[in-house]
Amino acid sequence: MASLDRVKVLVLGDSGVGKSSLVHLLCQNQVLGNPSWTVGCSVDVRVHDYKEGTPEEKTYYIELWDVGGSVGSASSVKSTRAVFYNSVNGIILVHDLTNKKSSQNLYRWSLEALNRDLVPTGVLVTNGDYDREQFADNQIPLLVIGTKLDQIHEAKRHEVLTRTAFLAEDFNAEEINLDCTNPRYLAAGSSNAVKLSRFFDKVIEKRYFLREGNQIPGFPDRKRFGGGTLKSLHYD
Amino acid sequence: MSFLIDSSIMITSQILFFGFGWLFFMRQLFKDYEVRQYVVQVIFSVTFAFSCTMFELIIFEILKVLNSSSRYFHWKMNLCVILLILVFMVPFYIGYFIVSNIRLLHRQRLLFSCLLWLTFMYFFWKLGDPFPILSPKHGILSIEQLISRVGVIGVTLMALLSGFGAVNCPYTYMSYFLRNVTDADILALERRLLQTMDMIISKKKRMAMTRRTMFQKGEVHNKPSGFWGMIKSVTTSAPGSENLTLIQQEVDALEELSRQLFLETADLYATKERIEYSKTFKGKYFNFLGYFFSIYCVWKIFMATINIVFDRVGKTDPVTRGIEITVNYLGIQFDVKFWSQHISFILVGIIIVTSIRGLLITLTKFFYAISSSKSSNVIVLLLAQIMGMYFVSSVLLIRMSMPLEYRTIITEVLGELQFNFYHRWFDVIFLVSALSSILFLYLAHKQAPEKHMAP
Repeated sequence: MASLDRVKVLVLGDSGVGKSSLVHLLCQNQVLGNPSWTVGCSVDVRVHDYKEGTPEEKTYYIELWDVGGSVGSASSVKSTRAVFYNSVNGIILVHDLTNKKSSQNLYRWSLEALNRDLVPTGVLVTNGDYDREQFADNQIPLLVIGTKLDQIHEAKRHEVLTRTAFLAEDFNAEEINLDCTNPRYLAAGSSNAVKLSRFFDKVIEKRYFLREGNQIPGFPDRKRFGGGTLKSLHYD
Repeated sequence: MSFLIDSSIMITSQILFFGFGWLFFMRQLFKDYEVRQYVVQVIFSVTFAFSCTMFELIIFEILKVLNSSSRYFHWKMNLCVILLILVFMVPFYIGYFIVSNIRLLHRQRLLFSCLLWLTFMYFFWKLGDPFPILSPKHGILSIEQLISRVGVIGVTLMALLSGFGAVNCPYTYMSYFLRNVTDADILALERRLLQTMDMIISKKKRMAMTRRTMFQKGEVHNKPSGFWGMIKSVTTSAPGSENLTLIQQEVDALEELSRQLFLETADLYATKERIEYSKTFKGKYFNFLGYFFSIYCVWKIFMATINIVFDRVGKTDPVTRGIEITVNYLGIQFDVKFWSQHISFILVGIIIVTSIRGLLITLTKFFYAISSSKSSNVIVLLLAQIMGMYFVSSVLLIRMSMPLEYRTIITEVLGELQFNFYHRWFDVIFLVSALSSILFLYLAHKQAPEKHMAP
């Protein structure tokens, strides 16, 4: 059973947006009772049926790596976090619908995860402006999830959802808006569940069925410390 | 007429300080959060503005700018406003925001915040009892009563911060204390971290698969809840759910380990960055400063001990004493009055600017370390309270650094406080804080190398 193939998906976002609750909901189909601070990185595993309902159905493990912290952390924390960004197959960007800053910070989060191996010292040189082209030729599938939907007043809902639609477009990604304390948003058959399933299928496809070999192009191993490469400890 | 001009100058400067506080709040403190309650930002900026105005009045006193009577009026008014903010407004809003965070009490927010404020006032009043700070001839609701208590809290804070700062500053500046960290150490630790994550993942995979097969077979994993549930679970328990709880315990232990490793790795990276920084020119300059500051720190601790042991409080300020020494021993003659004014202006100015800057930087660091999106409002208000009390007590203590003729305004406005007590109290707390910081840093320094160098 443990010999199923696996893919690695990062879950990024500001602290307090609800990443841990989201991951718990996705993996254990239960609401997280006592959310607390995530220090470092917490991982959970979801069993996913690729191409469910078709003859090519196959089961995969999806590892959800929930990386804690904020974009404004000290560079030593950022360098430590960078060790989790190795050989990533998909990224879920989480933001809080009630907090505009968390949505804006998603650009910096994605740059941190995607650009880190262009800079050997692990310190970000980009000034934080995102470039559409960077996301256009980005090979890693992205998904944008907005949380705390229940706390948005009915009257403001339309305005907030328009804003998040623009955000998702910038990342060239699908978006899902939900409330992590209510499992019905991800109930089987709902449009959210379909989007989620499609995203995971896309991640698996890019990882295992891309004809350019198993390495994702443009994402070589990290070169650090003047030439030595960090040997990946995962079996690929 | 001149009073109007003076007042307009004061008000303009107050608006400037308010603007500065507003910008600082937006750009530095709250740059990762969204300001939803503008009340918090206003209160913070107002506290900052009135605190800075007090310092401005001291400077005006030395430079003899503005009319003397209008200065006195503005002092009194400023003091009243600051006390009003520190004792009434900020504690009330702190109580209000704390109560707003608790869901149960949401309905009667105002009632509970008033209750909290009354409790605060009670303890605040009781604070005055054990200290010999007042002469009994003052009424119950006079400025002196409030100032004396605010002064005690503020002076304690100042002494704690100064004691810790005096010890920590050379410790961080000097590269002598830096542990030797090599790239190999960091790589080894990262490898351990990733291995731990792999172990957690393989266990979670087993759990997820077990849950899936259980779900498909129609069993449901229920944690035993309630008395009857526990009795039932003793006799009949699905083997799957037993396995799950066992694996979950192992996973919990591994997750704790991964957190530790993460924090240690971050620590190593920070040390490595400091080592690289110390090789640059700026780093070498700070290293040299560190040696200088360590001598200064030792001297300050020594002076504090002497002051306490011999029970003496300096009567003359450093400026007059310095001038006396130069005139009497070195025989240099110069216009005492003229120079004493300018030198005390520069000295007091430097003290004020460095203490404001130091406090703002410390507050910012503190805020980043402990705030979250829920508690940011409460923490900012607490910081505003600390800032206000800190600045009020700086005014109390700065009196000692000024020549006699400039001290009169502070003595007049603040009333007959026992200033000597505050200096003695500062020395005591400074000594305690400095010595315990030395102990704390020594223990932390000793304990660290063993953790990292072990394979």
